[in-house]
Amino acid sequence: MLENYLPVLVLIGIAVAFAVGSVVMSGLIGMKKPSAVKLAPYECGMPLVGSARERFSVKFYIIAMLFILFDIEAVFLYPWAVMFKRLGMFGFVEMGVFIAILLVGFIYVWKKGALEWE
Amino acid sequence: MALTEKMTINMGPQHPSTHGVLQLILELDGEVVQKATPHIGFLHRGTEKLSEHRTYNQVIPLTDRLDYLAPMSNNLGYCLAVEKLLGITDEIPERANVIRVMMAELTRLKSHLVWLATHALDIGAMTVFLYAFREREAITDIYEKVSGARMTSNYIRIGGVTADLPAGLEQEIREYAESMPAHIDEYEGLLTGNKIWQKRTMGVGVISKEDAIDIGLSGPSLRASGVDWDLRRDAPYCGYESYDFDIPVRTECDTFARYKARLDEMRQSSRIIIQALDRLQPGPVVADCPKVTLPAKEDVVNTIEGLIHHFKIITEGFKVEEGEVYVGIEAPKGELGYYLVSDGSPMPYRMKIRPPSFVNLQALPQMVEGRLLADVIAIIGTLDIVLGEIDR
Amino acid sequence: MIDGLIMIVLILIKLGVIFAVIMTMAAYLVLAERKILARMQLRHGPNRVGPFGMMQPLADVIKLLTKEDFLPDRADKWLFLLAPGMAAVTAILTFAVVPFGPPLQVFGHELPLVVIDLNVGVLYFLGLSSLAVYGVALGGWASNSKYSLLGGIRGLAQLISYELSMGLALVPVVMLARSFSLTDIVLAQQAAPFILVNPLAFLIFLVSVVAESKRTPFDMPEAENELVGGFHTEYSGMRFGLFFVGEYINLVILSSMVTVFFLGGWLGPLLPGVIWFGVKVLALCFFFIWVRGSLPRLRYDQLMHFGWKILLPLALLNVLLTGAVLLWSRT
Repeated sequence: MLENYLPVLVLIGIAVAFAVGSVVMSGLIGMKKPSAVKLAPYECGMPLVGSARERFSVKFYIIAMLFILFDIEAVFLYPWAVMFKRLGMFGFVEMGVFIAILLVGFIYVWKKGALEWE
Repeated sequence: MALTEKMTINMGPQHPSTHGVLQLILELDGEVVQKATPHIGFLHRGTEKLSEHRTYNQVIPLTDRLDYLAPMSNNLGYCLAVEKLLGITDEIPERANVIRVMMAELTRLKSHLVWLATHALDIGAMTVFLYAFREREAITDIYEKVSGARMTSNYIRIGGVTADLPAGLEQEIREYAESMPAHIDEYEGLLTGNKIWQKRTMGVGVISKEDAIDIGLSGPSLRASGVDWDLRRDAPYCGYESYDFDIPVRTECDTFARYKARLDEMRQSSRIIIQALDRLQPGPVVADCPKVTLPAKEDVVNTIEGLIHHFKIITEGFKVEEGEVYVGIEAPKGELGYYLVSDGSPMPYRMKIRPPSFVNLQALPQMVEGRLLADVIAIIGTLDIVLGEIDR
Repeated sequence: MIDGLIMIVLILIKLGVIFAVIMTMAAYLVLAERKILARMQLRHGPNRVGPFGMMQPLADVIKLLTKEDFLPDRADKWLFLLAPGMAAVTAILTFAVVPFGPPLQVFGHELPLVVIDLNVGVLYFLGLSSLAVYGVALGGWASNSKYSLLGGIRGLAQLISYELSMGLALVPVVMLARSFSLTDIVLAQQAAPFILVNPLAFLIFLVSVVAESKRTPFDMPEAENELVGGFHTEYSGMRFGLFFVGEYINLVILSSMVTVFFLGGWLGPLLPGVIWFGVKVLALCFFFIWVRGSLPRLRYDQLMHFGWKILLPLALLNVLLTGAVLLWSRT
C-alpha cells in the first residue's frame, strides 16, 4: 500500500531539489552588494516608524478560528459524501441535521458580528 | 479591541499610488485607518519665489510645471491675471480667445484622462489605464503640433497665444473631439456598470456639501458633493459665457459621484471644443499691444525697429503699473487662482498661487479616517491631486 | 525484479517529463499572460527576445538568477528562506494526483497518465492547497516589513476563507462520483461533465479557485497599488522567482483541477485524451487572464464578506440540495 506513495516521495525530492537548487544557483552567480539602506525594510523610502512585530488586529484570529471550526466540520462531510448512495435516506437526514447545526452556528457567528470588518 | 496596537505605516513618498511624492502617515488598526496625516513638500521648487525674479513673460514656463498634467490651464490662468493687471483683457483678439477655450478644454480632457487612468489602475482595473492613455496620447500630439512640446507647452502667452494653429490641425481636433464620447462610453462600459467598481467607489470617501464648502473644495470634487459652482459659468473668462454646455452636478458626494461627474465633464468638454472649432475665424492671435506683445516675426527680421522692439521685450520685459489682482479659472482639478502684486517693475512683486489640488487635499484625512487601507488609494485617486501643484 | 526495475524507470521518466512540462507551462504561461494582456490593452507585450518574444521566459530566468538575492537585515532568516520554497514545492506536489490522460500501454505495462492515482486524491489536493498558505503567511511575516505583514495576513485570511467554499464545492462532486480518486471522478463524468450536472458547485469552485490563485479581482495579498507587492515586497532574485513560479504553477494546477472536477478531464470526442485535457486547461488559463484584463480589484472586507456570507452558505446549501436531488432521482 505504502509503496504507492513512492512517486510522491520522488516528486517531493525533485521539487525540493528544484527550490533549493535555484536559490543556491542564484546565490552563487548573483551579485552581492549589500548596503544598510538596501537591507532596510520597504517603507516608501522613509526612515522606519515603529516595528512590524506588533500585536495585530484580533479580527484575523477570529477568521482563523472560524476556519478551523468549519474546516473540521467540512472534513466530516467527505466520508459521508463518498458513502452517500449507500447510506440513503437515513444518511441524508442525519447529514441534514448536522448541516443545520452548522448553519445555526454560522448564523450565530454572523449575528455576533464576527464577519463584519468595519 | 483593547489589546490591538496601532500600526503606523508610511505610505509614500515612494509608493506607486500616492500620485507623486505625497507622504501619508497612516495609523492602522488591522486594516482600518484610524488617523491619516498628509506630509507634503517633497516636490517644492519655489515657483512663487522664483517668479519674483523673472519678467512676466519668463514666469509662463514656470507655470507649466505646476500641474504638469494640465499645463495650458496653468498658462491661461497666469496670463489672464497679467492681462487683467495690464488692463488689456478686452484687447485679446477673438481667434486667440477661441483657441484658448479650445486648448483649455483639451487640457481638461488630458488631465481627466490621466485621472481616470490612474484612478482605475489604483483600483486594479489595469486595462482602462492603457485605453485612457491612448486618447491622452492624441492630445499630447496636438500639444506638440501647436506648441512644440508634449507636456510643458508654454503656449498661451500674455496677450494671446504663441502662434496660430498649424494647417490641418483644426480638422484633427474636430475628429478627436467627435470621437471622444465614444471613447468615454468605452471606459464606462468597463467601469460604470461593473459591480466591483461600484462596490469600490460607492459610499467611499463621502464628503458632505457643507464640509466640501468649508474645506474649500473646488472643481468636480465640489460638484459631486451637490454644489453647482463652475467658474466657467459663474465668473466667465475667455468668452465662456457664449458657449453652450452643461455643468454636471451630482449629489451622492462619494467617489462614484466624482467619477461620474468627471466623465460627464469630459463629454461637455468635447462639446465645447466642437463649438469653438465652429466659430474659429481667421484673424490675429496676439493682441495689438506693442508694449506687451512681441512684434511679428517678419518685422523682427526685416526692420531695425522691429528688432529693437523684440529685443527690449525679451530682455527687459514690460513694466506693469502698481496694483494687485486675483484671477481664478476653472482648471481641470478645480479653481486655479493667481494673485499677482506689481510694484511697477517688470517682475511680479509677489505671485501667490491657489492650487486646486492643495486645497482639495485637505479633505483627505476626513475622507479616509475609519475607512480601510484600500479606500485610501481610491480616495487619493478620486481627489485627483498633482504634487507639482501642491508643493509648487 | 525486471518488472520492478521497468516500473521504477517508467516512474522516473514520467516524473521527469511531468516536471519538465509543468515548468515549461508555467514559464510560457507568464509569457502568454503578458502577451494576451498586452493585446487586450493595445500593447505588444514582450517581442524582443527571440521570435515573438518566445525566449522571454529564458531571459527572465537568467535575469532572476543573476540578480542580487539579499536578506533584509531585520528578517527572520530561516523562515524568510523557507517561505518561497514552500510556495513552489506545494504547487509542484499538487500535480501528483492530476490525471491528464487515459492510461497508456508501454512494454505491456499499463502506464496511467497520472503520477499517482491516490484513493484520497481530493483530500491530497485540499491538504496541499492548505499548505500553500504557509508560503504567503511566512513570507509576509518573516520579511519584518509592514507592507509584507499586511499582505501576508491578508493572504492568510483570504486563502483559508476561500478554501472552505472550495472544499465544500467539492462535496457534491464526491457525492456524484462516489470516490476521492481523481481518475474515478473523471470516469464518472462519461455521461455528462459535472458542470452540467451541478453548475452551482462549478461556479462556487471557479470563484474560489480565482481567489486561491491570488489573482485579480482577488489579488489583495499582493495589491501592488496598495501594498506594493504585499508578501513578496522584500523578496528579490530567485527567491522572488520561486514565489512567481509557484503562483503560475498553481494557476496550471487549479485549472487542471477545475477540468478534472467539472469539465470531464481528458474525456472528449475524436481527439486523444491528453490533447482534450490540455485544451481545457489552456482555455481556463485564458479565462483567468481575461478576467485579470477586465476586472478591478475587490476590497479586503468585500472579499471576506463575499467568501463567508455568500459562497459558504451557498456551498453548504448546495451540498444538501445535491443530496436531495440524488435521493429523489434514485427513488
